[in-house]
Amino acid sequence: MYRYTAFDRRQVRQRAAQYRDQLERHLAGELSADDFRPLRLQNGWYVQRHAPMLRVAIPYGEVSSPQLRALAHVAREFDLQDRGQPTQRGGFGHFSTRQNIQFNWIPLARSADAMDLLAEVDMHGIQTSGNCIRNITTDALAGIAPDEVVDPRPYCEVLRQWSTLHPEFAFLPRKFKIAVNGAREDRAATGWHDIGLTLVKDAAGTVGFEVAVGGGMGRTPIIATTIAQFVPWAQVLVFIEAIVRVYNLYARRDNLYKARIKILVKAEGERFVRAVHDEFQALLADPATRPIPTEELARVAACFADPVQARSEPAAAAPIDLDHPPAFQRWLARNVHAHRLPGYRAVTLSLKRTGQAPGDATADQLERAAALAERFSAGELRVTHQQNLLLPWVREDELPALWAAARDAGFATPNIGLLTDMIACPGGDLCALANARSIPIAAALNERFEDLDLQHDIGDIALHISGCINSCGHHHSGHIGILGVDKDGSEWYQVTLGGSDGSELSGPAQPGKVIGPSFAADEVPDVLEAVIDTYLRERLGGEPFLHAVRRLGVAPFRSAADEVRRSTAHVEAVA
Amino acid sequence: MNLLTTSDALPSGALLLANTDDVLARADEIRRHPSVVLQFPKWTDGRAYSQAVLLRGRLRFTGNIVASGDVVADMAPLLRRCGFDAARLRADQRLETARRTLGHFDGHYQATLAERHAAAAG
Repeated sequence: MYRYTAFDRRQVRQRAAQYRDQLERHLAGELSADDFRPLRLQNGWYVQRHAPMLRVAIPYGEVSSPQLRALAHVAREFDLQDRGQPTQRGGFGHFSTRQNIQFNWIPLARSADAMDLLAEVDMHGIQTSGNCIRNITTDALAGIAPDEVVDPRPYCEVLRQWSTLHPEFAFLPRKFKIAVNGAREDRAATGWHDIGLTLVKDAAGTVGFEVAVGGGMGRTPIIATTIAQFVPWAQVLVFIEAIVRVYNLYARRDNLYKARIKILVKAEGERFVRAVHDEFQALLADPATRPIPTEELARVAACFADPVQARSEPAAAAPIDLDHPPAFQRWLARNVHAHRLPGYRAVTLSLKRTGQAPGDATADQLERAAALAERFSAGELRVTHQQNLLLPWVREDELPALWAAARDAGFATPNIGLLTDMIACPGGDLCALANARSIPIAAALNERFEDLDLQHDIGDIALHISGCINSCGHHHSGHIGILGVDKDGSEWYQVTLGGSDGSELSGPAQPGKVIGPSFAADEVPDVLEAVIDTYLRERLGGEPFLHAVRRLGVAPFRSAADEVRRSTAHVEAVA
Repeated sequence: MNLLTTSDALPSGALLLANTDDVLARADEIRRHPSVVLQFPKWTDGRAYSQAVLLRGRLRFTGNIVASGDVVADMAPLLRRCGFDAARLRADQRLETARRTLGHFDGHYQATLAERHAAAAG
């Protein structure tokens, strides 16, 4: 993991002090709610349904055991409330698709204290919200994936530093998200980002980036366009500076929904690409422009040296030991992943289980995850895009012990990549933007498809649920997407099929297709069952769900879904 | 960083630019002026930061750059780092607060343009 220097540490502490000054001015009446809002947002403080929501940055998803314990402390001491309904008392964190963690119940008056506490473990909420460059995200298997071309983490860290408190880009037209992928398989959904960076090597082995711009979800789902095939790594910040400057100067600011870079790229097309390349060339021609110094990349990269040594002796037979129960074999098949280092595996701790919302972890669970990481994974964890935790450095011969410990802690549901490993935003229960609730839908689907035999039979499938069109639950990219919509004050759910995040299984990134008018909340589990039954009936051999949808089109799934309409049967008849 | 109130006059002979103006296209005109005033119609509209960076970086403009409009105290550190010399604060803003906002950080990840130019000059 990256090790903070004294300078890095001072930045975070000085930022916390700056925030405290702003909060105090606000509480004293000097700083109005309107003027305070953009300032608190850029420190991760939203005002939500019940209290402010704090989003803490987990840069490119890497977190240490001590940091996880500090997050547990925040959950217990700041988030947990002694008033309100039992379901409204907090005490837990929610991991998001952008590898961050959110808390929902911290009173604003205590927000500066929470920032001080986080700063003690090099954590913060800097640029986790607001119209600025957000947390850089990447592959949860960065640095350990067997199919990796270049480890993206040193570049992510350089990008993190460059984008942190960048004075020119603090007030962009809209939020700006950058994802980096260094592997052959795209596990970072780069096509769905404002900038998607893919590390590549040219014929001579020189490292560079393929740069795609203008992807995004929301009301207008668009896949990013590649505007440079190869930018040498040392120039990548210059190239990004050119993109963001063109965006800052020329994107629309008159309409919130037209302000993302995807709209500018779409509207201007070639003119946008030319403007970026012209700006890039002008910057390169300037003697004051500095590429990333080789020694700086080397300094950062040294932090990401393997914390363990490859094991030369053959691993113990444990993983294929048939004496272990079927549940262990199932866990091995779903939650344990291949590793670049011989003798090691990466293991996902599933945060998708009955009784808790997808991606949620209580203070106790955060501490237990921290302890598992210490015992089995060199004290390091990753937050995955699918809202789980991952242990990156697990010895193969310790898998049985880890399985037992993870089961004790409730992290061993063998459902990674299966139907109940769904992505879901917090939805209307917690989020002020949401049009509908996500958590009860997720719970109902979890209950309906609880049977692991059935889930394993269905196989790989990505179910994504968003409570509104802001798409925090990435419904557009779900093989099955569910979108909460509001009509006349009630909750309805639109279902899409065939969306893709751009991974090998899913094919090129693309948004799903809607199957008819929205469904009522109580119809959703039946609709999903009808869709799944259609798949199980129509699939050819081991054909995955998504491939079957592509082959068959949405029509047979749509008619199966219409068959189970009850309250919306009339709506359907007149639509 | 020169902090001004609304009762302070803008520099005489200053060229007033809208935040939609293409500063590179107006380079010759800009160079004939000792001062340029850049506008913040809303303080969260950050276009003028990029304009200032282009003035200092691309045009090597050495005159005064003044921020005007909906300028709040908390913008002062960003303005300074983008090459502004002066900020005329919105009427309800306190000079002492703006001054204090300039003192929170003892350094940044990004070098200022002035630092980069000095380094390039050797």
